Amino acid sequence: MPTTTVPPPVLTLLSRVTGDEKHDPSAHSTLDVVWVLYDQVLDVAPDRVDHPDRDRFLLSKGHGPASTYAVLAAKGYFPATWLDDVAAWDSRLGHHPDRTLVPGIEIGSGSLGHGLPLAVGTALGLRLQGRTARVVVLVGDAELDEGSNAEAIAVAGRFALDRLTCVVVDNRSDNLGWPGGIAARFALEGWATTDVAAHDHVALRDALRHTDSSRPSVVVARTVAEEAAA
Amino acid sequence: MSRPTMRERFYAELGPLLDAEPRTAVVLAVIGASSVREVSARHPERVIDIGIREQAMVGVAGGLALTGIRPIVHTYAPFLVERAYEQVKLDLGHQDVGAVLVSAGASYDASTAGRTHQAPADVTLMSALPGWTVHVPGHADELARMLHRAGRTDDRVYIRTSGQQNAHAHPVDGLLHVVRGGAHTRPLVVAVGPILDTVVEATRDLDVRVAYTSTPHPLDTRGLRTLAGPTPVVAVVEPYLEGTSAPAVAGALADRPSRVAYVGVPRGAELRRYGTPKDHAAAHGLDAAGIHARLKEVVG
Repeated sequence: MPTTTVPPPVLTLLSRVTGDEKHDPSAHSTLDVVWVLYDQVLDVAPDRVDHPDRDRFLLSKGHGPASTYAVLAAKGYFPATWLDDVAAWDSRLGHHPDRTLVPGIEIGSGSLGHGLPLAVGTALGLRLQGRTARVVVLVGDAELDEGSNAEAIAVAGRFALDRLTCVVVDNRSDNLGWPGGIAARFALEGWATTDVAAHDHVALRDALRHTDSSRPSVVVARTVAEEAAA
Repeated sequence: MSRPTMRERFYAELGPLLDAEPRTAVVLAVIGASSVREVSARHPERVIDIGIREQAMVGVAGGLALTGIRPIVHTYAPFLVERAYEQVKLDLGHQDVGAVLVSAGASYDASTAGRTHQAPADVTLMSALPGWTVHVPGHADELARMLHRAGRTDDRVYIRTSGQQNAHAHPVDGLLHVVRGGAHTRPLVVAVGPILDTVVEATRDLDVRVAYTSTPHPLDTRGLRTLAGPTPVVAVVEPYLEGTSAPAVAGALADRPSRVAYVGVPRGAELRRYGTPKDHAAAHGLDAAGIHARLKEVVG
């Protein structure tokens, strides 16, 4: 049965991720999106982490990996005990994820503005090989400040990367704001755009499942904090 | 007299490379696009010009490599290595994927363009990142061999083309090769890449041996130890930032009393002049006269 909220066991797993207090709000703001992706959208499985036709989820906002770790543990990518000593010497899970250490993590991230260009290259590479797997990259609204994203947004639009979806988790953490809205910046470059409330899992699922046959898609997912401010 | 430059040869080799290696794709940021129109027409999806966007160029290369494509990435050295350095570090190295980065411009090929188009520190910067092989070919034939070999692997490879080249190609096996031998007690001068012919000219009346490499990183330290002997007197002539090879040479000779000098582009100050590459070589002491004078100080 599809869920309409993040199930309590996943929240319990999230609470086991300790030592990441500094980034707590940003980690939790991504939870709804990551849960819905892994539970209801992506064609992925723990026994297919290297399969060339798997869908790819790229966590660009690498400073908030707790929710991704919790969801991957919930879905069986690694033992839940890994969540208990995040960022310790012997831990494979750090405050920023490393793809070479964690099954299911597609990119090492942490420095902002790298996920979207990597996602564009991944989508181009899959298309070159005739593969139709989806590439979904999660960025934050403040992360969009990094100019590398502007480069990638333009390139994805011009190359009509229809299997690429960018999810912008908008918790209004951007200091200078985005006059005219975030989606408009993608729309101008030819992307299909959707705005949803992140806690509305049905709307989120529908938005994330939708792809356009001729252009990339962006889903701007507003968090509760952002809803309250609006 | 118009043999192709290394850069022209690079463009010419892309067609055969893409024909032979189906995994390869070329990623450009406008620079070079007009020189690869033919191959682009033949392989439109595998020659990817993303506009003047160097950060995305390297990020896209990383993404391509994550799917198993072998990216060949090319632009001017300052834009490839310096502008996109964090992308080179993270989108390739940290992701544990490879690419072939091929730069143009070397240290001062773009003498008339000024500092913006010059990157004498590129070899230093690339050598500072884990897992990279840095080639500085001295001849277009060497470049072609390096490019095709790199295209068949998944390694991280940086190839630095230069407007200057030697009269003849040498082996590109990554090892030091003796170009002018002599008694093993004679000082050893190591020439890297396109500076070799100038070094040979500069040392004509000096009682030294000359060895050549087109792969300064990782340096053939075993070959260096063998050639340098128990009490090494060595000079490294490197046509980029002076002292770039110092860590590798110091490590190789750490267990023996040695005297080593480095001759390259000085670190101290920007050269705020235009003119020709020859003018710049002379100003930096990297023409035959300048190298001769420096080596005489070192080897007596």
